[in-house]
Amino acid sequence: MINSKYFFKGLGCVKSFDSPAIALGCCMVAIGALLKNIGFNLQESAFSTFLTYALPGSLVMAETMIIGGSLLNIFFAVWLVNSRLYPMTVSLVPLMMHKNQPKWKYYVSCHFVAVSAWLIMKNNYKFITREHRIDYWIGVGTATWTISIVATIIGYFSADYLNKDIIIGLAIVNPVYFMCMMIGSMKTFQINFSIILGTILGPAFYFVSPEWCILFGGLIAGTIAFFLGEKNVK
Amino acid sequence: MSNSVFLAILVTSLATFSSRILGVITSEKIKENSKIFRWFNCLAYSTLAALIARIVIFPSGTLSEVDYFVRFIAIISSILVFYLTKKNLVYPTIFSAIILALINSYLV
Repeated sequence: MINSKYFFKGLGCVKSFDSPAIALGCCMVAIGALLKNIGFNLQESAFSTFLTYALPGSLVMAETMIIGGSLLNIFFAVWLVNSRLYPMTVSLVPLMMHKNQPKWKYYVSCHFVAVSAWLIMKNNYKFITREHRIDYWIGVGTATWTISIVATIIGYFSADYLNKDIIIGLAIVNPVYFMCMMIGSMKTFQINFSIILGTILGPAFYFVSPEWCILFGGLIAGTIAFFLGEKNVK
Repeated sequence: MSNSVFLAILVTSLATFSSRILGVITSEKIKENSKIFRWFNCLAYSTLAALIARIVIFPSGTLSEVDYFVRFIAIISSILVFYLTKKNLVYPTIFSAIILALINSYLV
């Protein structure tokens, strides 16, 4: 069903020296502590990471709950932040499609699409034979997902011992880690341009609409980069 | 599990999973070497960059209590560490947490 050799190879990606496990773990510890502070119990905190497994989404949920937003507010706010997962999925799954692989694997494993697993896969897929990429991906996803859940639980238990400076320190880990990983994947003109334009336009659109800035900024930046890149290649 | 928290978690995961599942449905018709795939690839990187830039420049939650200048120093020095350690990911991330916590507790 799942080729164990490739599954374990994917699982092992978190053991490497520049493993994402530490950064991901730090962020999730912060989330666990935050969820405890807003009144979640242990099961709810773990369950939240188990089901959502997208850090900015969990943050937005917590913030919307703090200001007393309704369920509809939560849905909308989370959807806006996590809609980036749509282009991320579309730019990953076609790389793993193979006629010998059953469809359910793709539908189940899309739950693992989140920045860390996605960037690992984007940087490594070329080294894996096409037929087995989905099994490798399931391994990568299982590893990062498990780390997130365990770290959320650790964060929940350590919430009382973490002072404010440590929480602030943990909060910067996530953007720094993502930024470094992204710089590491800047290899083609189109990608470089997408990243640079996105970095500028995302915050720029914040002045137009704080809710929609990621979507608008990303869409416009990506489209400009695409056309410039296509022209450049020709 | 209290009802409202449970519903909030469920709503959050639905809002998240819908983008992922739509992504797989769309992927069924997209070929790896097509133009539209390259466009989506650009969109994925640009929205990600937009999100990260937003988190750093207009943070919400605990990070918003840190001064702009301090955040800026922490990010720039971490990227420097990233290059100095030959693009290792562990050193800059650990470094960023330590330097931010230190500046914030002793210098500000």
